Amino acid sequence: MTVDSIEPQIAEWRAYVTKAPAVNGRDVDELEDHLRDQITELGAGGLTAEESFLVAVKRMGDVDTLSLEFAREHSGRLWKQLGLRDEEELARPSTGWLEALIFAVAAAVAIQVTRLIAQFPEEEAGWLLRNAGFFVLPIAAAYFARRRQLGTRGWVFAAASFVLVGIVVNLYPYGATSATEILVAVHLPVVLWFLIAFPYMGGTIRSHERRMDFVRFTGEWFIYYVLIALGGGVLMALTGSILEPVGTGLAERIVNWVLPSGAAGAVIVAAWLVESKQRVVENMAPVLTMIFTPLFAVMLTAAVFTYAVSGVARDFDRELLGVFDALMVVVLGLVLYAMSARDPSAPAGLADRIQLVAVSSALVLDLMVLGSMVARIGELGFTPNRAAALGLNLVLLVNLAGTAWLLVRFLRGRIAFHPLERWQTTYLPVFAVWALTVVVVLPPLFGFI
Amino acid sequence: MYGVKMHIDKDLVAASATPLVLAILAEEESYGYAILKRVRELSGGELQWTDGMLYPLLHRLRRLGYVTTEWRTPAGERRRKYYAITDDGRAALAEQQLQWVTVARALGDAWRGSGGLLTALGEA
Repeated sequence: MTVDSIEPQIAEWRAYVTKAPAVNGRDVDELEDHLRDQITELGAGGLTAEESFLVAVKRMGDVDTLSLEFAREHSGRLWKQLGLRDEEELARPSTGWLEALIFAVAAAVAIQVTRLIAQFPEEEAGWLLRNAGFFVLPIAAAYFARRRQLGTRGWVFAAASFVLVGIVVNLYPYGATSATEILVAVHLPVVLWFLIAFPYMGGTIRSHERRMDFVRFTGEWFIYYVLIALGGGVLMALTGSILEPVGTGLAERIVNWVLPSGAAGAVIVAAWLVESKQRVVENMAPVLTMIFTPLFAVMLTAAVFTYAVSGVARDFDRELLGVFDALMVVVLGLVLYAMSARDPSAPAGLADRIQLVAVSSALVLDLMVLGSMVARIGELGFTPNRAAALGLNLVLLVNLAGTAWLLVRFLRGRIAFHPLERWQTTYLPVFAVWALTVVVVLPPLFGFI
Repeated sequence: MYGVKMHIDKDLVAASATPLVLAILAEEESYGYAILKRVRELSGGELQWTDGMLYPLLHRLRRLGYVTTEWRTPAGERRRKYYAITDDGRAALAEQQLQWVTVARALGDAWRGSGGLLTALGEA
């Protein structure tokens, strides 16, 4: 038997399998190798080349099922192929934008109505600021609940969680110019974002793979939102300049009307873009990580040396802990972006080393500051702001310390990459719980000052 | 081989796949096609997999750190992806063995008297 006669068929089969989502080139190499082994063996058993080919292909299994199985294993690839999970959506891709548009308009209208009721910006109502997240994020949650076809219990649970948080936040008697009220305003969107996770994951919040999907979604959503915000900013600035000669105050009115609605609607639009235009952005996260992780690694290492030489600044600014919180959030963001863009089965490489440098420098820096900061808080006593900043710092510190430890073990070849992902997905609820603590526990603890 | 084939339940085939592959790799490192051949040999052809499904499974073992992989070209052969078991993989295999022996023993005990079909399995 000669295999040459069926080379065209093998090539055709290969091309067909290559087209299957979630199966990459290396996998196809492996499958082709298998196919050829099978053909050779069947041929040795007396079948003709054509017969062997047919039997071998049949044994390999149906390509769609195979692709689905690959996708289930490589959830990163699956993420690029959301259609696989929602086959029904694949069947009606053209209606997706309409659905998103309806929800986006709903968010825009909701924010506008509340703005008019609150007479913002003529009057600055604390409740408006505090509740800002409530006018948009439940609509985003409803959008996902619909898309994921959540059952009645899912809808009730999702709605109840929003209502519960809403009641708590609005029953608290905040004092005038209350610091805790501002903290609630800042942390509430985070809490609500985690509430979106439930409908986003279709109710399967225990699944670590779906949690990783949610992390990816958050990262990509952020990229899209920033892009839309930049474009919107340019549009508004130009509109303002063009209309300036026409009449005074016109530009301001446009800002009042367009800005809040645009910002609210963009939340939904960005979510829809992430869902449907995944292929566009999937290349962005790795590129951003590749550019900024080394830069941050250099900046952080330099900062560590500067601090070590000059000694930690004696007179701490009150804001400093907040700055370090922001720094840790950014480093964590880089870690998560890198993780979501990474092929989990790839061996440890230079990028992982650079990441370790960035993470451990951030840790050292944070520990230096934290030591002095805790001493100072001991002297001056806790305020709501200090408590919130310190708590967040500790939550991030533990996460990054765990990440650094696992990265070291991974680079030494002691563990696979999988535990690193697991660590992050297991840790996610801690962030949610902390944000919820600031919203629910902190205000009464400090007497709503 | 051409006798009447027993039909083994799909779920049971799936559940036994991981320990079986790990056990085969614990004997020696191997590649996809050879692993599948060994599965057929060991089960007397009664454990039937769709060939392609082996690969997602192997990739999962890889992600969990149970096996390592390497593309190699043995003299006079095609380039192939070889899988070798790791210490973690051996630990997982030992754990799986414990579970299967426990299940087999429980079933053997429960079915004792109804032919003792599984008593032999329980001792294995």
